[in-house]
Amino acid sequence: MRAGLVIFPGINRERDMAIALQRSTGHAPRMIWHRDTDLDGLDLVVLPGGFSHGDYLRCGAMAAQSPVMGAIRAHAARGGYVLGVCNGFQILTEAHLLPGALLRNAALRFLSMDCHLRVERADTAFTARWQPNDVFRAPMAHGDGNYFADDDTLDRLEGEGRVAFRYVAQDGTLDPRANRNGSARAIAGIYSENLRVLGLMPHPEDLVDPLLGGEDGKPLFDSIANALAA
Amino acid sequence: MTLKAPGLKAIVTVMLKPGVLDPQGRAIGHALGNLGFAGIGEVRAGKVIELELAETDPVRAQAQAEEMARRLLANTVIESYAVRLAENI
Repeated sequence: MRAGLVIFPGINRERDMAIALQRSTGHAPRMIWHRDTDLDGLDLVVLPGGFSHGDYLRCGAMAAQSPVMGAIRAHAARGGYVLGVCNGFQILTEAHLLPGALLRNAALRFLSMDCHLRVERADTAFTARWQPNDVFRAPMAHGDGNYFADDDTLDRLEGEGRVAFRYVAQDGTLDPRANRNGSARAIAGIYSENLRVLGLMPHPEDLVDPLLGGEDGKPLFDSIANALAA
Repeated sequence: MTLKAPGLKAIVTVMLKPGVLDPQGRAIGHALGNLGFAGIGEVRAGKVIELELAETDPVRAQAQAEEMARRLLANTVIESYAVRLAENI
C-alpha cells in the first residue's frame, strides 16, 4: 500500500506519523506539501497533528482551504482512505469531510496526558486488529478537542455505527471524568459514511514503540497495513 | 498615510450559536466577578472581522460579505454571523 502524509505549515506531528506508518506498512509515506494536488497512486492520505497556519480563525479553518484539500475530497469521493489525527481531524471537519466541529476544551485547559479509548467497532480498515470494546491507551495533546454536533447528527452517527472511539475509564466504562475535553457522547473519533475516512483527536501514532512506553496505538497502523495490503 | 479603498467596509460579527458551550465567555464572566462586578449573567465571547471591500453597491457588498462569512469566517455548524456595512472612511 502507498500512504501520503500532508504537510501544512505549522504542523508538528508529521515525523511521528511517518515512523508509525513505516513501522506497520514497511514503506515510508510520501510527503505532500499542502499546495500540491497530485495524490495519484495513494491508497491512504494522512493529515497529521499540529497547529496548521497557527490555528488562525479556527483550528483547521485555513488548512481546509488549501489546494491539496480539493484533491483529498476527490480521493475520498472515489473511495480512498483518509486518516486525520488531532489537527488533522479538525481540518477534516472544517472541510466537511466529517460532520460536527471541535470546540475549545470544556475546562479551557490544554490537555497533554494519556487517555483511554474504547474501540466501538473492530470491522473497519482502521480497527480490524482490535476486538470490539477493546480499550487502549493513547496520548492526547490539544486545546480544542471538544467534539460537538447537533443531536440529529449525533443520533445519525451512532445509528450508522460511525463512532470510532470513545473516551472511557481504563476498564472501558463511560465516565465523565475520563471525557476530559467534554466531547458530546464522549466521542473521540468518527468515520465517514463509507467508513474510509477516520478522524480522531488522540495520537495513536505516538505509542507504537516500546521505547516510548508502549505499542498501544500500533493496531491502528497494523490494521491499515493489512486492509490495504493489496 | 495608508490609502483606503474607496468602497464599503463590512463588519462581520461571529458568535457561537446559542446552546454551544462557550467556556471562554464563562471564564471572562468569572474573572469579572472576581474583580467585584456583581450581577453578571451569561457572558459570550465572539469575533469581529472588518473587511474593506472594493464594492460600492451596498446590496452587493452585503451579499458578498455574507458569502465570505458562510464559507470561511464562520463555521455554521457551531457559529452564527451578522454582517453590518459601514462607510470606509
